[in-house]
Amino acid sequence: MSSYVLKRLLILIPVLLGMTLIVFSIIHAIPGDPAETILGQKATEQSKEALRLQLGLNKPWLQQYATYLGDLFRGDLGNSIRTKASIATEILPYLAATLELTVTSMLFATFVGVNAGIISAWRQNFWSDYTLMIIALMGVSMPIFWLGLMEQWIFSIKLHWLPSIGRMDQRDPVESITNMYIIDAMLSGRWDQVWTVMKHLILPSIALGTIPMAVIARMTRSSMLEVMKLDFVRTAKAKGLSMFFVVYKHALKNASIPVLTVIGLQTGALLGGAVLTETIFAWPGVGRYIYEAISSRDYPVIQSGILIIAFIFVVINLIVDLLYAFIDPRIQYK
Amino acid sequence: MSKPILEIKDLRTHFFTDRGEIPAVDGIDLYIQPGEVLGVVGESGCGKSVTSLSVLKLIPQPPGKIVSGSIVFKGKDIVPLKESEMRKIRGNSISMVFQEPMSSLNPLFTVGHQIGETIRLHRGKSHKEARIHTLDMLRKVGIASPDAILNEYPHRLSGGMRQRVMIAMSIACSPELLIADEPTTALDVTIQAQILDLIRRLNEEQGMAVMLITHDLGVVAEMCHRVAVMYAGKVVEEGSVHDIFKNPLHPYTQGLIQSVPRMSETRERLYSIPGNVPVLSMSLRGCRFAARCEHVMPRCLEAIPHLSQQEEGHSCRCWLYESTQEDAV
Repeated sequence: MSSYVLKRLLILIPVLLGMTLIVFSIIHAIPGDPAETILGQKATEQSKEALRLQLGLNKPWLQQYATYLGDLFRGDLGNSIRTKASIATEILPYLAATLELTVTSMLFATFVGVNAGIISAWRQNFWSDYTLMIIALMGVSMPIFWLGLMEQWIFSIKLHWLPSIGRMDQRDPVESITNMYIIDAMLSGRWDQVWTVMKHLILPSIALGTIPMAVIARMTRSSMLEVMKLDFVRTAKAKGLSMFFVVYKHALKNASIPVLTVIGLQTGALLGGAVLTETIFAWPGVGRYIYEAISSRDYPVIQSGILIIAFIFVVINLIVDLLYAFIDPRIQYK
Repeated sequence: MSKPILEIKDLRTHFFTDRGEIPAVDGIDLYIQPGEVLGVVGESGCGKSVTSLSVLKLIPQPPGKIVSGSIVFKGKDIVPLKESEMRKIRGNSISMVFQEPMSSLNPLFTVGHQIGETIRLHRGKSHKEARIHTLDMLRKVGIASPDAILNEYPHRLSGGMRQRVMIAMSIACSPELLIADEPTTALDVTIQAQILDLIRRLNEEQGMAVMLITHDLGVVAEMCHRVAVMYAGKVVEEGSVHDIFKNPLHPYTQGLIQSVPRMSETRERLYSIPGNVPVLSMSLRGCRFAARCEHVMPRCLEAIPHLSQQEEGHSCRCWLYESTQEDAV
C-alpha cells in the first residue's frame, strides 16, 4: 500500500509541472501588452519600459517561467492589479467560504444520491425506482438559479424558516479564524452561532448539491444494478444475511468505485466555484472572486484562479485514486 | 428407512417472462435421507440449479416464483416461510456451494471476514471467537496454513483454494444439508478429485446430507448413493447408483451413460444424444424427451408418462414401462 501511495505521489510531479506550464503559456498567448494593461493607455513609454524591467518581461520566455515556478514554490501568486494586494492572502477567505459550501453540498448530494440510487436498484422497475429516477432527472435538468430563487421564495419569504442570503447573522458576526464559519464558531465556543451558520448553509447547499445528487443517484443505481447480478451477492444471500447487509455491505462496496469517481469530479467542479449559486445567495466564494477578476481584466488573479482550481482537481483525483486502492485490494497489483 | 431430511413434493418453479410462463421446474419429487449423497444429473437447462435455488428460496423474484408444491425440511414445509425465517435456515441448516469459486466470493472482503461473517450471524459469536472457529474450518477443508489465508483476498488464491474456502464457509455452521451446485465444473481435473474427496469426507465424518448437482456421470458414480436424472424440468428416472448405471431404464438415462467416452472402444465418433433440450413452455404436450427418443411411440406425443416404480427404489417416467392405457396428468 505505501509503495502505491508513493508511486501516486511521484506521478503528481510531472502533472503539476505540466499544469503550470499550460497556465503560464495561456496567459502569455493572450495578445496585448501587460505593462499597458497595468498602467493604462495614457502611460508614457518610459514608465512602461521601467515596469517591464521590474516585472522581468524583457527576459527570455523560459527564464520567466522559471521565475514564475520559483515564486509559486514560495507560495507567491503575485499581486492583483485591481487591489494591489497579494493574491495568495486575498484568495484564502474566498476559498474557505467555497470549501465550506462544497463540503456541505457534497455531503447532502452523496447521502441523498447514494441512498436514492440504492433504493432504486433494490427494486428495479418498481414504483419507487420510477419516482426516484424522475426526481433525479428533474434534478439534473433544473436550472440552478431557478431552484435557488424558488428555495428563497418558499423557505425564506413565505415560511420564514431559513435565512435567504449570506453566511451569518450580520448583527452578530462570527470571529473569523479559518473563515469556515462552522469551524470558527465551534472554536470560539459559540454553539448558538454554529446553529445560525448551519441554517445559512442549508438553502445554498441544496441548490448547489442538487445536480451532483442527481448524477450520483443515477450512477449508484446503474452500478448497483450491475453488481446485484453477480454471484457473490447470491452467496451473501445464501449465507442467510438480511437484504440490508447484502445490499449495503456486499453490493455497495463493489458498486462504489464508479460512484466515487463521480463524487470526486463533482466535488472538483463545485470547488472551482459556483458563480450562479454564490451570486443568488450572496456567498463570497472563489467563483465570484474569479468572475470579478475576469470582468476587470485582472490577469494575475485569473491566472492564479485557474491554477488553484486545476490544483484542487489534481488533489481530488489523487484522493479518489488512493480511495480506490483502499476499497479494492486488486487495484494496487495491476 | 428413516425419515428423509428433505422431501420435495410436486415442486413447480416457473419464470414469468416476456416470452410467457416458463416451467423451469415442473412438478419435481425428490427426497434425501440424513447422511445421504443424492446426485441430481442432467444437461444444462434441465432445471437442476433452479431446483437447488428453490430449496433455499433464492429464486430471483420476479421473474421466478415457486408456483406450487412443498419443500419439507426436517418435517416442516419451508415454502410458506417468511424471509426472516428462511434467513435462519440459509447458511445454517442448509447451505450451498456454487459452481464458480472465482465469482462466488466477494472480491473486496478477506477470506477470514467472509467465513467469520456466517459464524457471527448464526452462532452469535464475537469477532475473536469467530476467528478461532474460522481457522478450525479452514484446517478442516485441508488448507495447510490457515493463518496465512485468513487475511488474504480471494483474488490471491487459486481456484481450488477458493472452492475450499467456499466449502469452509458453507460448513461453518455444521449444516444438516449441503447443496453443491456443480462444485467442480470450473476446476482443473486434479483439483476436482481433491474437492470431491473433501465433500465425501465431510459427508462421512459429519453425517451431513449432500445434494450434488452435476452433469458429470463420473462424479455421480464416484460420490453418490442415489441419483435423480432430470430432463426439461422433470425427474425422469430415480434410483440407487447401482440401478442407474447397471440397469438404466429411461432412454435419456441410457443415452447419457452411452455418451460417456470409454477407453475400450475404438469408435471414430463419440456418441451423443441427437437434438437439444426443448425450449420450455406451458404449451408443451407429451413426453419432453419424445423428440430425441429412439423408442418414440404415438402415445409419447400425446401425454406425459407417470414417474412409476419399476423395482424396489427405482422409478422411471416412460411409456415403455407402463402397461395401463390411462392418460397421465
